[in-house]
Amino acid sequence: MNPFSSSTRLRDMIRSIRACKTAAEERGVVRKECADIRASINENDPHDRHRNLAKLMFIHMLGYPTHFGQMECLKLIASPGFPEKRIGYLGLMLLLDERQEVLMLVTNSLKQDLNHTNQYVVGLALCALGNICSAEMARDLAPEVERLIQFRDPNIRKKAALCSTRIVRKVPDLAENFINAASSLLKEKHHGVLITGVQLCYELCTINDEALEFFRKKCTEGLIKTLRDITNSAYQPEYDVAGITDPFLHIRLLKLLRVLGHGDADASDLMTDILAQVATKTESNKNAGNAVLYECVETIMAIEDTSSLRVLAINILGRFLSNRDNNIRYVALNMLMKAIAFDDQAVQRHRVTILECVKDPDASIRKRALELVSLLVNENNVKQLTKELIDYLEISDEDFKEDLSAKICSIVEKFSPEKIWYIDQMLKVLSEAGKFVKDDVWHALIVVISNASELHGYTVRALYKAVLTYSEQETLVRVAIWCIGEYGDLLVNNVGMLGIEDPITVTECDAVDVVEDAITRHNSDMTTKAMALVALLKLSSRCPSISERIKDVILKQKGSLLLEMQQRAIEFNSIVERHKNIRWSSLVERMPVLDEATFNVRRAGSLPASVSTMAKPSVSIPNGVAAAPLVDLLDLDSDDILAAPSSSSGADFLQDLLGVDLGSSSAQSGATPTPKAGTDLLLDILSIGTPSPAQNSTSAIDLLSTADMNNNSSTALDTLSSSAPPHIATTASAGGMFDLLDGLSPSPSKEATNGPAYPPIVAYESSSLKIEFTFSKPTGNPQTTNVEATFINISPNTFTDFVFQAAVPKFLQLHLDPASSNALPANGGKVTQNLRVTNSQHGKKSLVMRMRIGYKVNGKDVLEEGQINNFPRGL
Amino acid sequence: MDRLMSLCVPSLDLRKHRSLIDSLEIQSCYLLSEHSCLASGFGSIHFVLLVSRQGKVRLTKWYSPYTQKERSKVIRELSGVILNRGPKLCNFVEWRGYKVVYKRYASLYFCMCIDAEDNELEVLEIIHHYVEILDRYFGSVCELDLIFNFHKAYYILDELLIAGEIQESSKKTVARIISAQDQMVEAAKEEAGSISYIIAQAS
Repeated sequence: MNPFSSSTRLRDMIRSIRACKTAAEERGVVRKECADIRASINENDPHDRHRNLAKLMFIHMLGYPTHFGQMECLKLIASPGFPEKRIGYLGLMLLLDERQEVLMLVTNSLKQDLNHTNQYVVGLALCALGNICSAEMARDLAPEVERLIQFRDPNIRKKAALCSTRIVRKVPDLAENFINAASSLLKEKHHGVLITGVQLCYELCTINDEALEFFRKKCTEGLIKTLRDITNSAYQPEYDVAGITDPFLHIRLLKLLRVLGHGDADASDLMTDILAQVATKTESNKNAGNAVLYECVETIMAIEDTSSLRVLAINILGRFLSNRDNNIRYVALNMLMKAIAFDDQAVQRHRVTILECVKDPDASIRKRALELVSLLVNENNVKQLTKELIDYLEISDEDFKEDLSAKICSIVEKFSPEKIWYIDQMLKVLSEAGKFVKDDVWHALIVVISNASELHGYTVRALYKAVLTYSEQETLVRVAIWCIGEYGDLLVNNVGMLGIEDPITVTECDAVDVVEDAITRHNSDMTTKAMALVALLKLSSRCPSISERIKDVILKQKGSLLLEMQQRAIEFNSIVERHKNIRWSSLVERMPVLDEATFNVRRAGSLPASVSTMAKPSVSIPNGVAAAPLVDLLDLDSDDILAAPSSSSGADFLQDLLGVDLGSSSAQSGATPTPKAGTDLLLDILSIGTPSPAQNSTSAIDLLSTADMNNNSSTALDTLSSSAPPHIATTASAGGMFDLLDGLSPSPSKEATNGPAYPPIVAYESSSLKIEFTFSKPTGNPQTTNVEATFINISPNTFTDFVFQAAVPKFLQLHLDPASSNALPANGGKVTQNLRVTNSQHGKKSLVMRMRIGYKVNGKDVLEEGQINNFPRGL
Repeated sequence: MDRLMSLCVPSLDLRKHRSLIDSLEIQSCYLLSEHSCLASGFGSIHFVLLVSRQGKVRLTKWYSPYTQKERSKVIRELSGVILNRGPKLCNFVEWRGYKVVYKRYASLYFCMCIDAEDNELEVLEIIHHYVEILDRYFGSVCELDLIFNFHKAYYILDELLIAGEIQESSKKTVARIISAQDQMVEAAKEEAGSISYIIAQAS
């Protein structure tokens, strides 16, 4: 447009960008253009500004940075001509947002333009202000905008009104100033002004109670009249949309009436007639009419109770629901969720249609319908609805199964009238969508099964049948092998037959087949395999006649690539081998009934964690004592692990597990040989294998070593320890594991004679210094631990002025004795210092400590810091 | 690149026009976003987005504050969801707690993001209203018109929406205001042209 300009035209730039074949080419063109624009900006030539900004806007839309053009916007806005201002304001709205400081610079220009003599310039300023103004600008310019609401030209009035809505949203305190101006707009005839005026009033009512009262008293009747006029008006081509006169105005009026009628019976009364008229007379064959009906129904449901109107509203929603248009059905499902609140029965009548919507090909509709169905469920219809949903689960899309099965499970859990029904439904869900079911769901199922002792036989048989057909459903397989392991004898002998069951013949071999299949299938994950291994061990005691075969299956796992599986296979094999002739079934007897209450609390508390922890068992860590699977192996109620501190490494997990559980069993002093809920298998083995645990078992190692010393019948432990050494090397990094094995190793008797003992730890190690802690407990005071810290200088220099400082959290108390010396000779010089820690949360929290060491090397100060959190559990 | 299928047929016969628009494949999505700046939930429309079938952005207008980074993330996410919706599905997509109403006209998707409880059907009408005004202004508008005259598409949008609220329900009024402003620009251009012509001659 400027004849002297040398740069390319906007149109040419767009063409050359569009001609680019690759992204790299496009970047090249844009870079060149940007360079030109920058150069032109630096020359400060006013003629090119207009074009530069237009180009920048296009480049901005492509997603490239354009911040260097922001000041150009301000210059254009400040220039006198309309074309410059127009493009300047557009650039301002596009390139900047309200959080940029540059915006404050434009306040003055805006103020001048709001007072400009040209109404189109005023319009530009109002538009920009309405779209991007910040709270500060709102405060500064509110008086100007307020004045413009009374402007002679209606096009400015409407812009000023919407600008005011933005201002009061940003600064609600300013609302009072606009009440009078807004109410004057409601008397307008111009539709644009009326629409924006109603919108402003709506905004004021929602943020200011005074305004609400004011409009309720002064304007309700006027608004009703306006709505009536517009509803009854003759055909107006300018505003007609599909036979409705100005649906936008309709909708805004209905919205404002909704706020005015809500919580006020008188106002609600006044609007009953017109709402009934809109609800009955509006054409519903086009979207515009339905949009008005939608708003009308919303208003009817929000205002004070007028039951005849509500019947009308529910009927409209019923019609919406049977509409062929997907949009209308979606909207209907959405609104019926609100309608349940005041008329559950009416919504229940549409249950069949809503259930159909769950099966819709459209994901948005399915999702809404499923939400609605779950609200419709109650004790009376749960069986029927669940049946429908489960039937659909069989044929639904794969990607919908996850949502659907989760919803079914929550419905079944919440409303199940009896246990057998719950178990039946869950089995169906697991059979159809077992791969999509979350861990906490099948954990819950196992807890319920464990509690329903009269149904054990029935359940295990049903699971057996199901797993033959649906062997690819991972979670079903897990539940099935758990049950077969626990209740395999009931399966084989048809114990506890219910009247409804068909008798089946399952041989012991068949049962083993299922488990073997699970353990050998290539796509079974670590958790399933671990569970299968435990199930095999248990089966070998339930069905002694096939223990040879079980041994073979277990032995094959010796070749497993998963260390944990390998190790367990060897251990279990030894158990089976050595004990087949003696009565050892107590070693693998049934899990005690799992405590439902504890589980539910845990589940509620650890639900978010379960997603992350359980989703991917850490199979990939080769020697990582893979946390989740190991726990699963030891403890089928694997939520235990979730209760453990989240920071745990694999080693910590094991340590936690043993520490916690052994701790609790020692608290019972072995009075009950079978520990209660949450018992892990290993503990079972250990405590049961111990003939007289009652006497002196106060700590983990003690318990273990006692067991070891009493050689007579606890060879199980011997076996464990003797088979373990090949793996010690690989698992040594896992401290807890190592400790455990150490405790079991052939010479633990020395430790055992020392009374309760904890393994020493290396608390800290740097290139120059190593700190070791050894622990002892004073008798009769489990809360207190004496720590002997040994500082070893492993550098070739002597340390002087050695000071050790430590800090502990509030639940601990720390007492430091003086150190044996404050100088450490080079190359292995030692200093010892005694610490006394009292743990007020003994048994709940373990020790943790922060420490700082200061010393001088060759006259230079050295400071080392660290945190010690590898204290043994139970201190 | 050849001229794309027109967005709307010429607006001579409005009735025919509408039925043709209606017969176009229309999809809709609600997209919901968890942007904190949107959480306040005010303003009926949080942003307007025009994306082509190929995922190219043709127009963006933000009524709630988003940083540049958030903007490109939103655009990426939304075009992914919307462009992949099959035909004949409803025009709404739930997305991060918000709804995105979208409608396809020829090769262009018009998307508007609203709060979950807002009137989706009305937003569909607003989109159609905008398309009809564009159609009148450009005379059978097509995607190329909106590419080369993107600023005009913005000017028209600014006469239709302010602060995410509709300001004018009459297409005629919008057209009148826009043409009045276009004339002012033309007049200024002519004036500038003649002055520069004089200067050029004088020198």
